[in-house]
Amino acid sequence: MITDTDVTVDSPLIFEHSRPGRRGVLPPRAPEVDLAALLGAENLRSEPPKLPEVDELTLVRHYTNLSRRQIGIDVAFYPLGSCTMKYNPKVHEAAVQLFADLHPYQDPSTAQGALQVMYELQRDLGEITGMDAVTLQPAAGAHGELTGIMIIRAYHASRGEGEQRRVVLVPDSAHGSNPATASMAGYQVKEIPSGPDGEVNLEALRAELGPHVAAIMLTNPNTLGLFEERILEIARLTHQAGALLYYDGANLNAIMGMARPGDMGFDVVHLNLHKTFTVPHGGGGPGSGPVGVKARLAPFLPVPVVVKQGETYALDYDRPQSIGQVRSFFGNFGALLRAYAYIKMLGAEGIKKSAALAVLNANYLKELLKAEGFRVPYDRICMHEFVAQPPEGIKTLDVAKGLLEMGYHPPTVYFPLIVKEALMVEPTETESKETLEQFARAMGEVIRKDKEWLEHAPYSTPVRRLDEVQANRKPKLRWGG
Amino acid sequence: MDYTPHTPQDVQAMLERVGAKSLLELFKDVPQPILDPQLKLDPPLSEAEFMRHLRELAAKNQSAAASFLGGGIRPHYVPAVVPALAARAEFLTAYTPYQPEASQGLLQAIFEYQTMISELTGLPVSNASMYDGSSALAEGVLLALRESGKMRVAISQGVHPEYRRVVRTYAEAVGAEVLTLPLVEGRTALELPEGVGAVVGQNPNFLGTVENLAPLAEAAHAAGALFVAVVDPISLAVLKAPGSYGADVAVGEGQPLGNAMAYGGPHFGFMAVRSELVRQLPGRLVSETTDVEGKRGYILTLQAREQYIRRAKAKSNITTNAQLTALMGAVYLAALGPQGLREVAVRSVANAHVLAERLSAIPGVRLLTPAPFFNEFVLELPKPAEEVRRALLAYGIHAATPVPAEYGPKGNLTQAHELARPEGNLTHLALFACTEQHTEADLEGLEAALREVLR
Amino acid sequence: MKYPDNLRYTKTHEWVLLEDDGIVTVGISDYAQDALGDVVFVELPEVGEQVDAGEGVAAVESVKTASDIYAPVSGEIVEVNTDLTDQPELLNTEPYGGGWIFRIRPDNPADVEKLLEASAYREFAESQ
Repeated sequence: MITDTDVTVDSPLIFEHSRPGRRGVLPPRAPEVDLAALLGAENLRSEPPKLPEVDELTLVRHYTNLSRRQIGIDVAFYPLGSCTMKYNPKVHEAAVQLFADLHPYQDPSTAQGALQVMYELQRDLGEITGMDAVTLQPAAGAHGELTGIMIIRAYHASRGEGEQRRVVLVPDSAHGSNPATASMAGYQVKEIPSGPDGEVNLEALRAELGPHVAAIMLTNPNTLGLFEERILEIARLTHQAGALLYYDGANLNAIMGMARPGDMGFDVVHLNLHKTFTVPHGGGGPGSGPVGVKARLAPFLPVPVVVKQGETYALDYDRPQSIGQVRSFFGNFGALLRAYAYIKMLGAEGIKKSAALAVLNANYLKELLKAEGFRVPYDRICMHEFVAQPPEGIKTLDVAKGLLEMGYHPPTVYFPLIVKEALMVEPTETESKETLEQFARAMGEVIRKDKEWLEHAPYSTPVRRLDEVQANRKPKLRWGG
Repeated sequence: MDYTPHTPQDVQAMLERVGAKSLLELFKDVPQPILDPQLKLDPPLSEAEFMRHLRELAAKNQSAAASFLGGGIRPHYVPAVVPALAARAEFLTAYTPYQPEASQGLLQAIFEYQTMISELTGLPVSNASMYDGSSALAEGVLLALRESGKMRVAISQGVHPEYRRVVRTYAEAVGAEVLTLPLVEGRTALELPEGVGAVVGQNPNFLGTVENLAPLAEAAHAAGALFVAVVDPISLAVLKAPGSYGADVAVGEGQPLGNAMAYGGPHFGFMAVRSELVRQLPGRLVSETTDVEGKRGYILTLQAREQYIRRAKAKSNITTNAQLTALMGAVYLAALGPQGLREVAVRSVANAHVLAERLSAIPGVRLLTPAPFFNEFVLELPKPAEEVRRALLAYGIHAATPVPAEYGPKGNLTQAHELARPEGNLTHLALFACTEQHTEADLEGLEAALREVLR
Repeated sequence: MKYPDNLRYTKTHEWVLLEDDGIVTVGISDYAQDALGDVVFVELPEVGEQVDAGEGVAAVESVKTASDIYAPVSGEIVEVNTDLTDQPELLNTEPYGGGWIFRIRPDNPADVEKLLEASAYREFAESQ
């Protein structure tokens, strides 16, 4: 029941649709049992949880109407930098239905098809990244990062250098998850400044490298969308210092199939299957973050690893040097299956072509936006994304809100931190030339709006600008209660 | 089959505009020796060819939809309305709702989810989801260590062995020590070691026993530690909410709530805490607020805890979590309602008790799980569990999840660092789980098959 | 933007007042509160904590950023401003008054003299 008269409500909560005694889905009839006798009276709750009581049609309308208050890739162009919002093929959703009813503890002889998918995906991801062994267990990119850094820790410890190597280096342009991961794995984090060209400053790197450094975490292309041209030199210096080179796979879409992290000298790589390999983002997960490593790090991978014994696929838990487990069971299998479908249907040529067209789209859009009056601080051939700024005097936040009014999802804003008023634009390869042109015109239109219009946009979205300060000072995190 | 819309004319025109002669020229920053490698991948398939290939692979699997397998994942029925609504493309193809004006659908759905988890757990603050139950527990333990300022974890042997391994992996990374509290006659021993900052119990525990965790929570608080409860969401329809027996943090696996088993994932983990711990909470949080016109709306809040702002000082590195699968959990809970969820729980419990009675009457079989138990129980069998699980397949039945030997009468308690692999070597212990889907005929069928197998 | 003359400042934008009882009060400058925007939360240090000059001892969160507050001098935290728990906005409205954050008993009161004077800080802040 809506009782709060201070606010306007045009989207009632599911709880506000609830009426005592109303039923939705009916489970099979439950027998009459004495629960207190079976479970112990002292263990029973006195009141049921206050869950919504709605009929099925009300439920369907509720969530359908919520979905209409939501933008996704299927609705509009979504050039969110660093997130690779490419088309999620419908066939992948059909594929997962074929594997829905498998239990992780069923006898492996009855899950050979699933294990084969995982085995081949381990192999194919290893091939695409240039790595010797792969674990599919991590549930997301950041989870993969944590797994990768733990593997690095275990490697150094196995060589008696665990105590001595306490520092992980990250560039100042890195994703926030890199330093967060390193400290979660017990490391001190040291930032290295970028050079004027937006790439890792080699002098600064040399100055920081030493016997106390465990690893360097790099994204290549980096968060400015630039390929680190001196990557081979960086790898050489890193290894010379006894440290390992970690590849954050967030931006792999730019180079998938065109250049392999393993060939660049990286020792560990995590992938975001929900970015590069088209697993749908689902509003923020579930994703999948497999980790690939060079042979000398393979003993430390989490258990289990899928192995092939003759013609049979099996789960190998017998890995004494393993870091252990980072989640229960084997990983987000449904996500793995979608990535498997993607790789099998693209093949090597499709993968290379997708990367090349992602790069072409980014460069084309960069040119179009420059022509519309946007500034590009690091203006050279970019990879799959680039960082732009609105003309002097216009706030990036206002550009983003103006774009919402135009029906687009805005680019990533205020990231990377090293560019003021940053707009990080990643169009992906699945967008057409016309879409990019229309988007560029909309961007141009936004910055030519008057100040008044910009500061108050958007106007016709389900809600307008929200009071974020209130939400932070006095958060209201549940209904009622 | 790729999904690029470019015609050759498009590519040509675009290359001209960017001033490149070829696609390869766009990669001129990549060192020549490593550019454009040969990739050993299978030749590409059309959609039709791929689906045929996949059906062939799927035919090598056997459905476990009617199985008696448990241990964190169970074959509860997934009502058709759940995947139908979660498959709405607007939800499926969105990213994290950073732009609230265009993301009210997800934000409101998360706010509703947070409320439902809060109701189930009896704790006021739920985050938007975690990867799964085990990593939710690991993060809950880290939270407790941060809050208590101590570096020692005491975890009940009653906690799922895989979860204990995940806690160990996470805790050791930050230099914390993990100790195991043994189960004595199916219940967690109360003697806490010195200096603990986090105490963990599970209800129902891994053997299926419903434990009264209040004394453990009390002992934890007396020792200056936080108490973390691992709970099964279906059980919370009838069992006491962890908030009511002193849990500071409640975590669990969301799969039983409307998520297909999917060979172990993706599902979601949930996490709820006392109000005072809100700023220690990892992951996304949604708050109600109002817009400039006074209209009610929802927005991500307390983001300064998160990695993309706080970087090395973030509470966790978690970013992508499990929004869509958590949404499925919320749709499930709303579809069933309090009465429906109760009926699922009651029927599962009733089935488990009938089955336990039937199976433990078989010669050589002994019920290991002390009463009261919920919808899972462990049997000691006269033959190795792995062998029994395999033999039952001949009857079309998936059952008898092998349980690590540490839970047996002669089993030595293994500390977390020594845990056997979850499949359990040559253990004679097997876990059986019941859901609301099982019928009297299913229970009879399993009994008859097990009698044959053990003959 | 105000830079009261009776205060000392740090390059990390704390202000410092040496009181008659030898205790040092610490807050953030008007410039800092303006740069942060609406403050939504203040993480306070623990009373009794021994801190070193330059050590991050508190944190201030606005909607989109979080900034550490560093101890300007070494010493013991003797008091924290618990009003900020419910009214973090005091940092914005009264940065030099009700928005003070913590008080330190300095190991060496003369350390305060080494900090920036108002004019020097103003020059530093405005060149940022």
